[in-house]
Amino acid sequence: MLRDLEPVTPAPETIRLQPTRGFSRVLAPRELWRYRDLAGQIALRDITVRYRQTALGGAWAVLQPIGFMVVFSLIFGNVAGIASNGLPYPLFSLSALVPWTFFSTALLLGSDSLVSNSALVSKIYFPRIFMPAGVIVAGFVDLAISFVILMIIVLAWGYAPSLAILAVPLLVAIAAAAALGVTSALSAINVRYRDVRYVVPFAIQMWLFISPVVYPSSQISEPWRTLSAINPMVGVVEGFRWATLGTGNAPWDLIGISALSALVILAAGLAYFDRVERAFADFV
Amino acid sequence: MSDVAIQTHELGKSYALGVKSAGYGTLREAIVEAAQRPFKRGGKGDGKRKGDTLWALQDLSLTISSGEVVGLIGHNGAGKSTLLKILSRITEPSTGYADVTGRVGSLLEVGTGFHPELTGRENIFLNGAILGMRKAEIRTRFDEIVEFAEMERFLDTPVKRYSSGMSVRLAFAVAAHLEPEILLVDEVLAVGDAAFQRKSLGKMNEVAKEGRTVVFVSHNLAIIQALCTRGILLERGEVKTDAPITGAIDSYLRTLESAASDDLLERTDRDSRAYDETLVRRLEIHDASGGHPNVVVAGRPATITVDVTEHLPTMECQLTIVNSLGQPVCTLDSEMSAPVDVREAEPGTRLECHVESLPLLPGRYRIDVIVKAKRHIQDGLQAAALFDVEPGMVGNRPIAAEAEGDVVLPHSWRLPA
Repeated sequence: MLRDLEPVTPAPETIRLQPTRGFSRVLAPRELWRYRDLAGQIALRDITVRYRQTALGGAWAVLQPIGFMVVFSLIFGNVAGIASNGLPYPLFSLSALVPWTFFSTALLLGSDSLVSNSALVSKIYFPRIFMPAGVIVAGFVDLAISFVILMIIVLAWGYAPSLAILAVPLLVAIAAAAALGVTSALSAINVRYRDVRYVVPFAIQMWLFISPVVYPSSQISEPWRTLSAINPMVGVVEGFRWATLGTGNAPWDLIGISALSALVILAAGLAYFDRVERAFADFV
Repeated sequence: MSDVAIQTHELGKSYALGVKSAGYGTLREAIVEAAQRPFKRGGKGDGKRKGDTLWALQDLSLTISSGEVVGLIGHNGAGKSTLLKILSRITEPSTGYADVTGRVGSLLEVGTGFHPELTGRENIFLNGAILGMRKAEIRTRFDEIVEFAEMERFLDTPVKRYSSGMSVRLAFAVAAHLEPEILLVDEVLAVGDAAFQRKSLGKMNEVAKEGRTVVFVSHNLAIIQALCTRGILLERGEVKTDAPITGAIDSYLRTLESAASDDLLERTDRDSRAYDETLVRRLEIHDASGGHPNVVVAGRPATITVDVTEHLPTMECQLTIVNSLGQPVCTLDSEMSAPVDVREAEPGTRLECHVESLPLLPGRYRIDVIVKAKRHIQDGLQAAALFDVEPGMVGNRPIAAEAEGDVVLPHSWRLPA
């Protein structure tokens, strides 16, 4: 209690405000640390607001992947008869749709995050990266809910996950890194060019089909199968299947390439964000 | 204790004009521009010609000591808000630098951080964090904030169900309990009902007396005069006057005077929202008896004439009479139409507003004008005219020499049996 009452007045320090070049903010950990409470509050706001005044609330986190699972099973599983590595098609697709929904929602909401918070961005200073990052953090809650439902369905179907399930946090980290890299760049471009709003929904649909969500990547011939893992969602999706269903061989080759690729995307996205961040308030 | 709180050195901020008026560009423009870039000489990135650049601030060198309460005054577009935006780190300067010592809190617009779906309680924490408060700080001041805003009962109601007055009260309460060493305030006291305004003003006074540095922007010169000790008058991005507050206000009033007597088409401090399809060319107020323009007599008929450059269909005009301290006295708005209005079938480029008996106390006033057409603001000018009201009779009664306020009402007295 006593610690709470101590005045929070650090010795005044002088900050020089001047034109900057190169990297200045996103990669300044001290600055991010100083505003850590705001980061928490923004993520909390995004989580709280996401399903407020919706009749179904958090159920939406589950309904979307389940809905896709049903449709994909009917069309791709039954009608088109796409191979599913000997797995029941619903499980095959749901285990991929859980991380995919996390990724696509992060892209959709994150790329608009700076523009939809333009009142804040143009009136108040804070590290802008909190806006796209907050969306992704909020997405973890949805991901956790849908992951629990996935595991219930997997168990009910008679599959028992192996120790491979311990790889899930790593896979989520890869998906989150890729999502943050892409959304930070897209949200920054969106400040200047609202074209992003029209590109993103379309790009997400394309991205779904270049990721092995409805088909297994084993259908792709080498070397293209390995190369396709440059798309970080290839490693994430195939990894998720292996980790949650406890079958098949560990796709470490795909996961490794995807992890590297996600790091490159993250670094490039943050670097671009950092370069243009200083001008956001003048354009948004 | 005369430590320096804010020191600026040749601070400047430029905006590329084309981009500013378009709001935001499209990818196509960027691609076209990128394709043309090899053919243009110039550095990477900022390849704009000089003529396309607007300097909102230029060569600004100022020193503000810790504990000073400074009022920033000036016309629209003089650079006041830009300076606050740079000091609060929202935007970067283009040239020069500013050294800021101590934690900065900025109140640039009350309630910007509010989220309508969140409850009052949740918003207090969110908004506090946005303004730079630590969570522990907000927790210790939570009860104070709620008490100041007078809204214990609505704490768990989403803010979207608040009346606008309520959300403003809550927002101000959060902001007022922020304890930064440097407080930047932009026009926030013009909110809420009169009682709350008085309370907010009291709070601001308290903050100022606690020895914190305050930089204050307002069009309300009365509030500025009451709060500040030093005044800085900005004009076209440069410091025109830096003096004790009364001197700075006098200097500002003089610039208003000279601006009003200039050709209005030469004014550059026009409303930034305007579409500019028609511009106010001249604005005058005449006494019914003729005589000098802009000299009128209390209680007599007066006519305000507004001349614009182009006639536009559905043209409307809004005049605001403002007293010498910058406080609005009344608004005359043609959009609120009345049966006595006359509209010719083919009107020209003049709008006239008749006042049957001018109910103003003697003194100096100014007229701000906004011309609207096609559902947009076409032009807006502050202090389009300055005029003097001379003593007269209102309702057949002379005006009391010691009358207070700005208006005088035609009235009569009875002493019933």
